[in-house]
Amino acid sequence: MNIVNKVMSNKWIITLYTLPALLLIIVLIVVPLILSGYFGLMNWDGIGAMEFIGLDNYIVALQDTKFWQSAMHSFLLALFSALSLIAYLAVALILASKIKGANLFRKIYLIPMLLSSVAIAQLWIKVYNPSNGMLNSILMTLGVNNPPAWLADPNIVLYAIFVPIIWQYAGFYILIYYAALKNIPDSLIEAAKIDGATPLQIALKIKIPLIMNVFKVTIVLAIVGSLKYFDLIYVMTGGGPNGASEVMASYMYKLAFSSYDFGYGSAIGFLLLIITLIVTVIVRKVTATKEEIEY
Amino acid sequence: MKLRKAVTLIGMLLIFTLLLAACNEEDGGESGSNETSSGDAKSVKFMHLWPEGSSAQHYKIVNEIIADFEAENDDITIDLEVLSNEQYKDKITVLSTSNELPDVGMTWAAGYMEPFVNGNMFASVDDVVESDLSDSFVEGTLDGFAIDDTTYGLPLELNISTVFYNKSIFEEHGLEEPETMEELNEIVKTLNDNGVNPIALGNRDAWTGSMWYMYLADRLGGDEDVLSEAINREKSFEDPVLIQAAEEVQSLIDADAFVQGFNGLADEEAKSMFMSEQAAMYLIATWDLPNFTTNEDVPQEFRDSVGYFQFPTVDGSGDVNNYVGGPGVGLFVAENSDVKEEAKAFASYFLQQWGEKAVTEVGVIPATKVDAESLDLPEMYVDVLNDLNAATNITLYADVQMSPSAAQVHLDMIQALFGGEVTPEDFAKTHEDTLSQE
Repeated sequence: MNIVNKVMSNKWIITLYTLPALLLIIVLIVVPLILSGYFGLMNWDGIGAMEFIGLDNYIVALQDTKFWQSAMHSFLLALFSALSLIAYLAVALILASKIKGANLFRKIYLIPMLLSSVAIAQLWIKVYNPSNGMLNSILMTLGVNNPPAWLADPNIVLYAIFVPIIWQYAGFYILIYYAALKNIPDSLIEAAKIDGATPLQIALKIKIPLIMNVFKVTIVLAIVGSLKYFDLIYVMTGGGPNGASEVMASYMYKLAFSSYDFGYGSAIGFLLLIITLIVTVIVRKVTATKEEIEY
Repeated sequence: MKLRKAVTLIGMLLIFTLLLAACNEEDGGESGSNETSSGDAKSVKFMHLWPEGSSAQHYKIVNEIIADFEAENDDITIDLEVLSNEQYKDKITVLSTSNELPDVGMTWAAGYMEPFVNGNMFASVDDVVESDLSDSFVEGTLDGFAIDDTTYGLPLELNISTVFYNKSIFEEHGLEEPETMEELNEIVKTLNDNGVNPIALGNRDAWTGSMWYMYLADRLGGDEDVLSEAINREKSFEDPVLIQAAEEVQSLIDADAFVQGFNGLADEEAKSMFMSEQAAMYLIATWDLPNFTTNEDVPQEFRDSVGYFQFPTVDGSGDVNNYVGGPGVGLFVAENSDVKEEAKAFASYFLQQWGEKAVTEVGVIPATKVDAESLDLPEMYVDVLNDLNAATNITLYADVQMSPSAAQVHLDMIQALFGGEVTPEDFAKTHEDTLSQE
């Protein structure tokens, strides 16, 4: 133990051990970030020569209604993802309370996480198909005459895509909550039971407060993940129809790779980073508490 | 319990080792091929976009041509990479930004290849055309691949779009091929009354809807190609013809001419609706001819029941021998290729072999001239070739004519127009604003 302490307090050793990871992060994340900020200052089609145009791209982006529309969609997704955490928590609470078959259910909930995003997208494209899809077939047998064209109606498409996105991540968050709940010492719950607490009281007053820290982390994860979300939207609608399901990341992609406007696309990417950073800081501030519950 | 854990652990280890071994093998294979190529033989890197899964015939023929070429040229090996259409576009973009284009690859015409040419990425192939391929291209196909009188691409395909329809559905409801828009509207009405989807359209990709718009604009414009003139700035996009074409689109929408939810469907989904007889008509270019003629994977019964008609006239105006279409992909040779001569030799050989094989084995129309009479071809194929010979004008797809960023605006506006989100006036105005800014 002593030796370990000695080694770990040596600044050189600390540097040595953190260096590989640090280098990777600098090369793979920090440098590209700075580069994309720098490309954002250019008028560049990705192939030819670059032309320095100062902050023009950023100024244009701030006045670009399409960008703000896609940012709005990203924020809506963040909101829905954050709200859905409550549902995940409820499921985790039930699973953790030693019901029959909890183990099996836990695995079933995890399945969507094991599928690749593209597979999920293809699956849901089929589900949503307006004339042959599972969803509309069910609706029609239930007597709905004019079921919506889910991915074609600009008023619905965004929410129609939220469903598989939220479904996709359910297993991940349930797993995290489940692990956190399992960490709560049985003695606390036993004591509460002896004092006559109902299961609901135990959940609300003991379990949830005890895993609050985990919950806060997942809020940040969900919001940040939503703001930079891309996969399902790209495959299912490509941001369409006419931008109705565009989010910031898909808009950035479209500008760079379809319109060959790498300068402007980079600028959007950099703004996406800044927005995500600001939101993360705000969320951390809002959810910060001084007292730490320990058991 | 302990034992079970141990067994699981060993099992996991085994799987990982297998995975690693598999990865290693791949590496080994690649380095092996590199070794041979770094010997006497020169390796030409070639990328194409016809994967075995979705374009089996194309894929097979390309491999045949490569094998023949390698047999004739001992000192050259072709290093092949195949990607599907959209992935191919993405990869080419990325490769070009890092200056690592394959020696020979595929490009689309006009606006699409402009950034590459401006960035000095594509080599001029004028010498190839003059020495090996003079007089072998169909009139006008090379134009799309030329910028400032220099040719940068060797066109492989030539496509015109026509309305394909299901004869048995038409017969069942006593319908005939329409010659005017009024007749088409009648057909749409009859089919809707009988609960049949009139027209399959996958407008998530938007170039599909663009073809409908382009045809309407062409017919309304009469002898003039107003749309192309608007794109190359000889005319305003707010020309009455272009606004009226947008109005025609919306009246088709109001008449429920297209399948439900078309704005959310990909072209493949629309195609499968037409091919499973869930829709009576489908406007697509002739690259899909194999599906309606020779492709053995498609039921014979369906292939027999497909016919096509030229896009009808609108308000008594327009020439049915005008088509929306143009050359599809063409071959480019990379400017900074280390093996430029070999690459050009391969591209030239490919073009010489391609024409006849494309007709007889793939069933697409090549951009090189082919003596159709001497070949045994499906009837619909001969009809299309005859139509092509009689064509007065072929308008190149709007999204290919425009620069990439203007094309993106065009495609978005097409979706909005078909979705009823913009008025025809705003549709024209947005185009005009975008095009005049360039």
